[in-house]
Amino acid sequence: MESLEQLRDRLLTRFPAAKVELVLNPGASPEHSLLLEAASAREIALFLRDDPFVKLDYCSNVTGLDWPDKEIIETKKVSVPDPAGGPAKVVEEKTKRLQPGYLEAVYHLYSMALKSTAPVILRLRTVNRSDQVTLPSLTPVWRSADFQEREIYDLYGIIFEGHPDLRRLLMWDGFKDHPMRKDYVAPDDFEWEPTPHGVVHERAKAHYPLPGDRLGQTPAGQQPGTVSPANPTTQPEAKP
Amino acid sequence: MGPQHPSTHGVFRMIVTLDGERIVKLKPVFGYLHRNHEKIAESTSYLASMPYTDRLDYLCSMTNNWAYALAVEKLGGLTVPDRAQYLRVIMAELTRLVNHSCLVGFLFNDLGTSFTPLLYAFREREKILDLFEALSGSRMMCNYQRFGGCRVDPSPEWLAAAKALVDNFPRFLDEYETMLTGNEIMLARTQGVGRLSAADAINAGITGPILRASGVDYDLRKVDGTGFYPRFDFRVPLGAHGDTYDRYMMRILEMRESVKILQQAFRDLPAGPIMDPKAKLRGFRPKAGEAYGRLEGPKGELGFYLVSDGSPNPYRYRVRPPSLINLTLLEDMCLGHTIADSVVILGSIDIVLGEVDR
Repeated sequence: MESLEQLRDRLLTRFPAAKVELVLNPGASPEHSLLLEAASAREIALFLRDDPFVKLDYCSNVTGLDWPDKEIIETKKVSVPDPAGGPAKVVEEKTKRLQPGYLEAVYHLYSMALKSTAPVILRLRTVNRSDQVTLPSLTPVWRSADFQEREIYDLYGIIFEGHPDLRRLLMWDGFKDHPMRKDYVAPDDFEWEPTPHGVVHERAKAHYPLPGDRLGQTPAGQQPGTVSPANPTTQPEAKP
Repeated sequence: MGPQHPSTHGVFRMIVTLDGERIVKLKPVFGYLHRNHEKIAESTSYLASMPYTDRLDYLCSMTNNWAYALAVEKLGGLTVPDRAQYLRVIMAELTRLVNHSCLVGFLFNDLGTSFTPLLYAFREREKILDLFEALSGSRMMCNYQRFGGCRVDPSPEWLAAAKALVDNFPRFLDEYETMLTGNEIMLARTQGVGRLSAADAINAGITGPILRASGVDYDLRKVDGTGFYPRFDFRVPLGAHGDTYDRYMMRILEMRESVKILQQAFRDLPAGPIMDPKAKLRGFRPKAGEAYGRLEGPKGELGFYLVSDGSPNPYRYRVRPPSLINLTLLEDMCLGHTIADSVVILGSIDIVLGEVDR
């Protein structure tokens, strides 16, 4: 099995226009990855799947990752000349730089034909986290990405171009946000999230002719907690 | 169909379009059991997620623990002592026996045999769960593995009881097979139903017994050599047709292989420590980096992808759920069959909704 550097060099000679970057993993496991650009990703994926030397026919895991905007503070030492004529002072000057965030899709590829044990990892990055979040879908190459890309779309908000059926997978259709993003704020009261069952409650409210408090409402003009003579269900039971 | 249909193994829904009795379109709907397991894990420490992995696939908590421990060990560069490796294999194979015997029972429920085979399976499962309870304190949510080893060392009495159980297990399998394998209804309803070709299965990332039923020789116990599996002598059964019947047979044959592995493990179990002395469970802070650990679970490839930024909580915690990805081709398998067949095909895929929806 060739190393990831060799694979990258081979990809670069095969696709001279493409940009393939090696991303090193600083951790204990030697799982480094290849960063592809969106324009050439599907071509390269197809090549990797069918190439007889790597034969990455099995896409095991597809994951989203969220890297929010990061504020980086750089300190620089600047010598300021003393106006009184003494020796120049060294002052630390701090500059703030905003490193823009991005969303990332990570693909773990293996070869079932060659029984590879180490994954070849592909990464795709969006331009930013707000309006340019489109990436090419690799579902036409590996169908195993189908549900997983739908899940990333659902939880992270990456739009996969060319996906045959891009809908939310786990959250319900009316849900607005993307809960796995780092800046997602969960609502205080989950009970009051709009759910499809709201329709059922509306219908149930219309169904009861009496203005009762069975649905947690008090009829107009009545204090909560008091017994309405019109609604026998709320009367206290008589003791035998 | 669903989400409360009794044959759907949990809150799972299928939107089925029919032409008479034949299925022309089938769209699965997920998410009824979604609790964002991954987000919860990102807000707690590495150790605190361990008992929560039990709840993914509540039939196979031991293998879930192991897969997670594997990923953390890769991330933190930990080693595992020999005895713990053997114990892990023992627990994983006992879990496989539990899972496969119950799955066959559930499959027959879907075929309409109304519980008899399932209760035979539950009788055996009960004995294994008793062992798990004696060892870990819990029947199903075992929380047994740790990064760098296992939590408790089994006593000699426990090992003797487990060995006796395993030695008796083939008798149960013979009894089970006498009742089920040649059954006329079983043959009529499953042979040629829900065919899956090897090429489709590979492309769709199907793993586990379903993949092997289609004739693809891919078992992570052999391929990756996870743990000490290369030390054991066992065979990977393969199917020829990729239909529901082959998927049933795969489970039966794998249980027989598991019994072989277990007998070898009890024979060779070495003495020694069960924890890596370098492993630090509380306040575990791996270096920044990422790791993907995968394991041949009873349902297929169970993977954990972890990204660390050097803090005590994982920056990203991802579960690769075999149950979800094995459903990718459910529609293809069901097309042209009847509704009743779709229930059987779903039963043969073996899903647990705790893992599908996470």
